[in-house]
Amino acid sequence: MNKPDCSSKPSGSVSRRNFLKTIGTTAVAGAAAQAESIAAELQKVDAEKIQGPGPVPITLTVNGKKHDLELEPRVTLLDALRNFLNSTGAKEVCDRGTCGACTVLIDGKPVYACMQLAIESQGCSITTVEALAQGNRLSKIQQAFIEEDALMCGYCTPGFLMSATALLQRQPKPTADDVRHACAGNVCRCGTHPRVLKAILKTAGVEITQKTEVIRYADLA
Amino acid sequence: MPTWPKESKFISKNIRRIDGPAKVTGSAKYTSDVQPEGCLYGMILRSRWPAARITRINLDKARQVAGFRAAVLVREGERRVRYYGEELAAVACATKQACQDALRAIEVEAVPLPFVVREEDAIRTDSPRVWDDSPNLSKAGLRERGDVTKALADSAVVVEGFFSTPVQVHHPLETHGNTASWTDEELTVWSSTQGIFSVRDGLAGNLNLEQNKIRVISEYMGGGFGAKFGPGVEGALAARLSRAAKAPVKLMLTRFDQSLAVGNRPSSYQKIKLGAAADGKLLAFELDAYGTAGIGSGGSTEGGGGGAEFPAPYIYQIPNIRVSHRGVTVNAGSARAFRAPGHPQASFGMESILDELAVKLNIDPVELRILNDPFEIRRKEYQLGAERFGWKEKYRKPGSSPGSIKTGVGCAGAMWGGGGGGTQAEAQVNPDGAIEIRCGTQDLGTGTKTVIAAIGADLLGLTPDQIAVRIGDTRFPPSGGSGGSTTAASVSPAVHNTCQRVLEELQKVSGMSDVRGENWKSACKKLGVNPLVVPGKWVEGLSSSGVGGVQFAEVEVDTQTGFVKVKKITCVQDCGLVVSRLTCESQVNGGIIMGIGYALYEERVMDRASGMLLNPNFETYKLPGLADVPEIDIVLLDMPERGVIGIGEPVTIPTASAIANAVANALGVRIGSLPVTPAKILAALDKSKATA
Repeated sequence: MNKPDCSSKPSGSVSRRNFLKTIGTTAVAGAAAQAESIAAELQKVDAEKIQGPGPVPITLTVNGKKHDLELEPRVTLLDALRNFLNSTGAKEVCDRGTCGACTVLIDGKPVYACMQLAIESQGCSITTVEALAQGNRLSKIQQAFIEEDALMCGYCTPGFLMSATALLQRQPKPTADDVRHACAGNVCRCGTHPRVLKAILKTAGVEITQKTEVIRYADLA
Repeated sequence: MPTWPKESKFISKNIRRIDGPAKVTGSAKYTSDVQPEGCLYGMILRSRWPAARITRINLDKARQVAGFRAAVLVREGERRVRYYGEELAAVACATKQACQDALRAIEVEAVPLPFVVREEDAIRTDSPRVWDDSPNLSKAGLRERGDVTKALADSAVVVEGFFSTPVQVHHPLETHGNTASWTDEELTVWSSTQGIFSVRDGLAGNLNLEQNKIRVISEYMGGGFGAKFGPGVEGALAARLSRAAKAPVKLMLTRFDQSLAVGNRPSSYQKIKLGAAADGKLLAFELDAYGTAGIGSGGSTEGGGGGAEFPAPYIYQIPNIRVSHRGVTVNAGSARAFRAPGHPQASFGMESILDELAVKLNIDPVELRILNDPFEIRRKEYQLGAERFGWKEKYRKPGSSPGSIKTGVGCAGAMWGGGGGGTQAEAQVNPDGAIEIRCGTQDLGTGTKTVIAAIGADLLGLTPDQIAVRIGDTRFPPSGGSGGSTTAASVSPAVHNTCQRVLEELQKVSGMSDVRGENWKSACKKLGVNPLVVPGKWVEGLSSSGVGGVQFAEVEVDTQTGFVKVKKITCVQDCGLVVSRLTCESQVNGGIIMGIGYALYEERVMDRASGMLLNPNFETYKLPGLADVPEIDIVLLDMPERGVIGIGEPVTIPTASAIANAVANALGVRIGSLPVTPAKILAALDKSKATA
């Protein structure tokens, strides 16, 4: 997943300066032009305010509401949501971008909230699973997940729902392969996959039937 | 004798999971989501050594970290550690980041000791001992019946094979963890657990507290698969941190912790000899097996059922057997019960050698199984499944599929208990007709809440949404741990009994002959101001145990890349009375998909040189994803006359065996080692080419 570039994001990055400095001092054999551009970048960064490592003011827009927080720059978006905003819909499962349980939408794009810092997420519109329903009215995809039993323990469910929501927004009539692709970054351990596929396609108006049957033993020959 | 209703509106029907809305909106609060006022974050410091004598742990610098609130040692004084990841100490801080800083600041002095992490190394007599006073390889547990040596000599055909299965890690998506709040009055623990009462009792013993001073809550939990029964070291640490910090502490394991220290399925290495008559009747079975349950091998393992032994010759009755099992201790985290403990290993060895026999005798593998299977239900399942799957049309001689992408089919069977008992429940009927059914069980995602609502609604003539189901609290009437596929068969009869008693009591109070359905509200009104609270308990006659289950697999194997694509699984599973069809089928899907992981992807990999676990997260420990899931055809064999039987476990047992048999059928070469990886396939193909 590519990190979206939020245009109004403040430029107070923490590590870029040190990073550039490291490049500058180690790239002995670097081309002159490259060294020059690094120097120019360094100058630019020097003009910026260095933030952290202590808490700094951070403003996050979550589900349409602005929250002013004091967070260390190293706090991830996931940690900010769960532990500072008590918005616990996005789940922490691996904390390193391998499971998708923390998927949120950032300006409409699905993003692993554990792989982005809160400070980088300023100026973006962050949508979590809590915002999919309008009041008590569930979204179509939420409704389909319940009807098709596309969840068991439910811990991966918010992540799948966000991936599915993003898919249906950019592609209202996805194929089964589109769904497989869109959910490739979401892990489930209970084994809800066939019904997740069915629920998402159902929302798009494509009915598929999993062959299941209940047969009375007494009726067997 | 009580009976289940002949006609029902909700039982056996596709009713929606009643906690679905909470789970799709993010409002369901799992243990990891619970944050009482002033809650601190907790984290565990683990051993960096696979074996060492820990001489000193200095917490001083950790105490200087901003946000630090408390630290506790797992054990005072000098101690030994026996695996990479063993718990040493824990800290509670205001934030997760402060915890990370504090852990880094703890100084540990240790004398590293020799270690051994792989089974094949550990069984050598010159390898380092994990426990000083006992060898790594335990004495053999022997079982013998008849005369194997003679029967093998008398057999028309004898096949031999060596099979192995890996250590598999549970990896429930919600890690093990607890939020503990220890005040002067009592200890309250929100726990991600399969057994709220076993967590309570474990903590009481561990912390020297009376059982009535501990309350354990588990309203929503994110999966367990057998690894979450006791409080664990992490549960006791969370409680001790809370007492030390005088604040609630949330201590959820990280995914790394989860991989290292809280259970797995033991490995197995199985040398098998199988003898049969010319008609395929099995005569002799010899097994020499060993496997590791980690440092706990040979001893007791937390949660039970986590030893390296397994049932053999599994589902078959063979007159002459000699079975030898040995546990191998290694410097790695202990096993715990894992969905159908022992059975997938047993199934893999037995069903693999059986297919070898079928090939040698030129008998259809399904026919061979039906000939030797003593369980009538399963024999019928093979017939039904084979027809649905199109076995006769699809099965051909091993390796005879044309082209470089070869197709193959395989099958395998399972057995399980799944009976119930011991559960109590109660109902509170309010004067306005609102009813609450309370039971100290827990819903692992299997649909326990939904089962309770369906039964209550049917028996009381209401709808499931009219029933408030309250579970996951030790203040409710007790129920056992959710393991062994016993929950549905334990809880359902207790709810049945409770509802019957509600009807009796309400009839008495209201003077009405039928209080169900449309009479319900007016009957409840006659209660006056006091709600009616009625206890109930598990009773005989509404559940039973003992299921079979068979699965068929169809695969495509690319002989150029070794890639296996599972095309289709057909599952026929008997399950007594189907209580909730939708959630029941979901569990079948889940068992099969977990079986696909066991067949093709999952394996704990230990590093011989460093003693570390090499794949402690999902980028290296691979689970099946949406694109790996085949067409799944499920037949639930309904036997309402048997009452409720659990099916969470049997459905995961035969999948890997059926897939491995299908791969062997496709290639004409058997990969006798799970997981069946592309590397193993390519190596086996190379070897068979070289010998051809």
